[in-house]
Amino acid sequence: MSFTTRGFSGRRRQPETRLPPGQTLVEKWPVLSAGPTPVVDTADWELTIQDETGTDHRWNWDELIALGVEDITVDIHCVTHWSKLGMAWRGVSLDKLFEHVGSRHQYVMAHSHGGYTTNLPLEDLLGGKAWIAIEAEGRPLHPEHGGPARLLVPHLYFWKSAKWIRGLTMMPGNDPGFWERYGYHIHGDPWQEQRYR
Amino acid sequence: MNALHTAAMPDQPRARTAWHTATIVEKLAETPHAVRLTLAAPTWPGSEPGTHLDVRLTAPDGYQASRSYSVASSTPAGNVVLAIDELPDGEVSPFLVQDARPGDQLEIHGPLGSYFTWLPGRSDRPVQLIAGGSGVVPLYAIALAHDAAGDPAHLQLLYSVRTPAEVFFADELAALTGPTFGLDLVYTREAPHDWPDPIGRLTRETLAARTIPASQRPHIYVCGSTGFVETITPWLVDLGHSATDVLTERFGGL
Ligand SMILES: Cc1cc2nc3c(=O)[nH]c(=O)nc-3n(C[C@H](O)[C@H](O)[C@H](O)COP(=O)(O)OP(=O)(O)OC[C@H]3O[C@@H](n4cnc5c(N)ncnc54)[C@H](O)[C@@H]3O)c2cc1C
Repeated sequence: MSFTTRGFSGRRRQPETRLPPGQTLVEKWPVLSAGPTPVVDTADWELTIQDETGTDHRWNWDELIALGVEDITVDIHCVTHWSKLGMAWRGVSLDKLFEHVGSRHQYVMAHSHGGYTTNLPLEDLLGGKAWIAIEAEGRPLHPEHGGPARLLVPHLYFWKSAKWIRGLTMMPGNDPGFWERYGYHIHGDPWQEQRYR
Repeated sequence: MNALHTAAMPDQPRARTAWHTATIVEKLAETPHAVRLTLAAPTWPGSEPGTHLDVRLTAPDGYQASRSYSVASSTPAGNVVLAIDELPDGEVSPFLVQDARPGDQLEIHGPLGSYFTWLPGRSDRPVQLIAGGSGVVPLYAIALAHDAAGDPAHLQLLYSVRTPAEVFFADELAALTGPTFGLDLVYTREAPHDWPDPIGRLTRETLAARTIPASQRPHIYVCGSTGFVETITPWLVDLGHSATDVLTERFGGL
């Protein structure tokens, strides 16, 4: 490391082994989004997965829950340099949803209430790596944090865990979503520090 | 996904962001708890008003800390001006406010966050800026760009701040006021002695009375602590503004 800032030694608050490069541990849970927080009622809630034939696979709230809610304990890493370790979540594995979807497309655009989108390769969503999360730290997910339901893809930077999720659309290629078009990395692996393109 | 209503998308791909070495060339007291840092950054590409950058500090043993700061003003291959409020017990802001001095080097990465920008000539709709505390920094950048371009759109800044001494860019903002830029201060703890308005946190009623009404379809930019933004934005939606007309930048904290 040739570059240093004179006089800076840092205030290390944590052992760094579980933190990706450039991340700082937080106890509280910061909020990052580009607009107001949408308020969505579970009574009207619906999730759609659209495949290449234009078919919509739909689940309402009760149908989602009926697929089976799992306990999940994961670390989350936000591109704005904070990480929160060992968070307790509950949600439905995307494996359960995709059991019902036959698609050859290997990429997914996640759509949120409020119009935001983010793109993901299907392989990052399957194999026990991603969930539709409905609870965090023992409580229903607060709207600020994407409630009633958000995508949870903890192995990628947290903007990929789309808040206020309303649908997934299968895509043949890895088209950039909202944040990615504004310069965020197309993939977003925190361990490789894929913050910006 | 038919009739998907889409948040504003950028017109064209942005310049690649990159790391730049920057040298502090000037450090001024901005408020009793904040400094204004001018950085010389010869490779900086310039930035659109409203955007931010990441500051990275590196200790001799290689340890690094990064935080985001909004750009108050910048020129390509020239200077970048930041304004930094000290958070007690923080890691980066106390270093920048207390310890850093002219001649010191740090690294900056950006520009970032081009969803939170306003560009002259794009729209003739009025613009309502709403700031809490240090959240005024990117909004000051917008007001500056509006003035520099002589853009005819009406701009209005509602600025919530604890005390008169804690107003960021106080002289500069006062100098920008005129027929197309209005400045409206709300003091939450202490006001000048002849101040006509009540002292205290922004209320829904104050917000309704002192911002551009929804009927005029303003573009709205809200910036401040997360708590400030989360308080203000639902009121804006209640007042009839479309959620897609409200852009937010949350600085963190409670
Ligand atoms: C897009 C964006 C733009 C921004 N622009 C500006 C700007 O223009 N000006 C500005 O002043 N700020 C700005 N900020 C905020 C800035 O990025 C920093 O968050 C701020 O300076 C605090 O950083 P810090 O390192 O001093 O504090 P941190 O070390 O991050 O700590 C923040 C607070 O949390 C507490 N804390 C942190 N970790 C712990 C822990 N483990 N245990 C207990 N307490 C803890 C600290 O006591 C402190 O009060 C911006 C933020 C964003 C996201």
